[in-house]
Amino acid sequence: MAKYTLKINSKKFEVDVDPNTPVLWVLRDHINLIGTKYGCGVGSCGACTIHLNGRALRSCQLPVSAVGVQEITTIEGLSENGEHPVQKAWIEQDVAQCGYCQTGQIMTAAALLKSKPNPTDEDIDSYMSGNICRCGTYTRIRTAIKTAAKSTTK
Amino acid sequence: MEKSNNTHSRRSFLKVSSITGGGMMIGFSWLANLIPNEAMAAAVASKDWIELTGFIKIFPDNRITIISPNPEFGQNVMTSLPMMIAEELEVDWSKIKVEQGDYDTPRFKRQFTGGSQAMRTTWKPLRTAGATARLMLLQAAANEWNVPLAELTASNGFINHKATNKIVSYGALATAASKLPTPEKISLKKNGEFSLIGTPQKNVEGSKVVTGKSLFTMDYKHEGMLIAMAIRPTAFGMKLKTFDATEALKMPGIKDVFEIQVYKDGYVKAGFDTRTFNNLVVVVGNTTWEVMNARKKVNIQWEAFQPYKEFAGAGNNKREDTIPAGLESTDEHLKQMYEKQQVQGKILRKDGDPDAAFAKAKKVIEKTYSAPFLPHNTMEPISCFAHITDERAFFVAPIQIPEMMKQSITTNLDIPAEKIEMKLARMGGGFGRRAYGHYIIEAGLISKKMKAPIKLIYTREDDMTNGVYRPSYMVTYKAAIDEKNNVTAIHIKGGGLPENAIHENRFPAGAFENYLAEGWDIPTNITIGAFRAPRSNFIASAEQSFLDELAEAIDKDPIDFRIELLKKAKANPIGKNNEYDADRYIGVLELVKEKSNWGSPKNKHAKRGVAAYFCHNSYAAHVLELTMKDGQPVVGNIVSALDCGVVVNPEGAKNMVEGAIVDGIGNVLFGGLRFEKGVPMQKNFNQYRMIRMKEAPKKIEIHFVQNNIDPTGLGEPPFPPIFAAFANALYKATGKRHYHQPFINDLNKS
Repeated sequence: MAKYTLKINSKKFEVDVDPNTPVLWVLRDHINLIGTKYGCGVGSCGACTIHLNGRALRSCQLPVSAVGVQEITTIEGLSENGEHPVQKAWIEQDVAQCGYCQTGQIMTAAALLKSKPNPTDEDIDSYMSGNICRCGTYTRIRTAIKTAAKSTTK
Repeated sequence: MEKSNNTHSRRSFLKVSSITGGGMMIGFSWLANLIPNEAMAAAVASKDWIELTGFIKIFPDNRITIISPNPEFGQNVMTSLPMMIAEELEVDWSKIKVEQGDYDTPRFKRQFTGGSQAMRTTWKPLRTAGATARLMLLQAAANEWNVPLAELTASNGFINHKATNKIVSYGALATAASKLPTPEKISLKKNGEFSLIGTPQKNVEGSKVVTGKSLFTMDYKHEGMLIAMAIRPTAFGMKLKTFDATEALKMPGIKDVFEIQVYKDGYVKAGFDTRTFNNLVVVVGNTTWEVMNARKKVNIQWEAFQPYKEFAGAGNNKREDTIPAGLESTDEHLKQMYEKQQVQGKILRKDGDPDAAFAKAKKVIEKTYSAPFLPHNTMEPISCFAHITDERAFFVAPIQIPEMMKQSITTNLDIPAEKIEMKLARMGGGFGRRAYGHYIIEAGLISKKMKAPIKLIYTREDDMTNGVYRPSYMVTYKAAIDEKNNVTAIHIKGGGLPENAIHENRFPAGAFENYLAEGWDIPTNITIGAFRAPRSNFIASAEQSFLDELAEAIDKDPIDFRIELLKKAKANPIGKNNEYDADRYIGVLELVKEKSNWGSPKNKHAKRGVAAYFCHNSYAAHVLELTMKDGQPVVGNIVSALDCGVVVNPEGAKNMVEGAIVDGIGNVLFGGLRFEKGVPMQKNFNQYRMIRMKEAPKKIEIHFVQNNIDPTGLGEPPFPPIFAAFANALYKATGKRHYHQPFINDLNKS
């Protein structure tokens, strides 16, 4: 066990955990930030996507000991009240079915728009292909990303 | 106005009561007066099973809450069911609060998610409940103002008397209304007269989803909660022999390691008690990561099991099944199925003289199709929270049919029914997997042993390798063609592990004078269960691919050929018990033909395939456009036509159809779990191919047949025909027919 001070969503959290513990489980079990989901544990489904210094990353593959002073953003910290353009676009396009994968999808989409404010279909397809949705909401996700892009580049 | 009589059905029951502190509550529970077994029998016997119960609460400040009793797994019933109530209640939809009902034995006798039944079975009861409340509120206003009820109008949660310009809120009348007798005659709006039903409304939980609020069982927390995981045999055909937990118990955060037996010896299973690995080793600890690590340190010996008996059903339906021993493999399964195709099967239906027709045929086309076991792979792996104390048995469970778990909970956990309390968490996907709640028993046993609140978690590997899979199937379609290019006979023969997928009374039965359907089955020890449109999801893929090939062989357009057969079946139906409505079937084919510009496609480069199907009371047809790029199919635009009767919420309905299309393309192209010596060969998403964004269609355009037929269901119907629409387009694009799913195997070979 070791003590870590993590900066998450602009707040500081102290945890005492095994250094190998993935950030996913630190968030879910120790800090009660359950918006970051467990889907596969092997970095293949994207349900656990967070931002590390603004970059999208699979939190199930990131040991807590590797975080250091880097800043973590989870879905709970993406916006104050769900008002991030991507969250709003998700509502507008009524994307969710079961909803389990959607926080991961949103975190990935938000990172995409940060690096490419006006992504093409090809950009979206390649950037979003690490996130699985078993309900099959992909076409709505594509539309929602474009909706969000429009709203931010107006 | 359609008349609905509240007393005519012995199964209907409305209970109106006051809320403490004022207001009214309308509880409605159909089947309430039947004991569960009779209810189940009634459900099976009658296809118009009304299983839903729920309630409406109207508070003095005019807040209105509708409790949605059906478990939600992404099909959006939390939005569409309350919409039906709101339509008749005459309230402002934007002001309605919707809550998920708990599993509530005294109040709700039926809470059921599955079989595309929600809209169909609740259409009348839910609207009747809304209309009853409205009528009682109107009566309360009439009494208070001393005016005839006929002079009053109800809208947007208020009652208005035009002549005197008086207006009053529902909330202000609710307490008085709750004391009135429940009216016996209720008038409902006719289909086509709706103001809310048929308008697109957004998912009522959308904002919770996008902000990551706690909705799912995986997210549930409780003071003092421990985390539990189970270790199950590594292969089907194996069972627990011994284990040594010495090392695991030394690991940090670990509380205990022990064995549980899920079903008691001799337990007689109910309909959704699946077979599972019955003896499991459980590791319990403080946190998920600690339990995951300790699990690796348990030293376990497995051994092959001998054939054993299982008991299921009740009364005349009591069954004894022998579970075969052995370590099964996919290659061996295929060999077994081909062998079965060579011998006579059980005759399921025979019209005319198919033997004679085949003997006289000028040409015979015969094609064999197969498909593998499919894991459900819901994005939320299986989990369940349990806290068993002397006072109560409390669960938070993702479960499609909670009532069906009652027998198992009471018997296997020794808990009286009245002590069961269950929160129905939003399910991170279901597709049939969460009809089988063995995990509730597992969680209950662990909580009992630990005397603590626990959350049982399946890892993705646990979920994928201990599934309740879609069975593996094979079928051969054979057609006799005469010298004039007429199809004179159809022979369908097929089976699977452990069941056949043949629906002998569905199309094309009824369209051919000579028709034979045969089925067989092969026992397996691999666990199977319902998977979105059970059986239909395979048989449609084969049938609709075969009809495409047959149309080509006799030089007919595939849509026209189907319509011609359906018209024949309508004008002169062959045989009895034909299950489909030819007009509605033709309706979706004609609509998809028109909307896709079938005769003159816009995109000249893409190849197109068509398929249609009827199942679960509704009709679906798809035209799928595809091009090949670097040897891989790229799906372009898809045009779909659906007939599910009245569409309650077009937004949610379209989303569900889109999802079924994406899901179907993923499964036909990539889906399939391989077994070697009983071991599932793919264990996680790095080995199991799921459809991803880059393979999703470019665009999906959905059209509903506009009619006033009562809703007939939509969760499953669009799923089966997309497999064949894809297969038929793939043929057009590559010149090669694909018969064996998943197609990626063949595509990667060529």
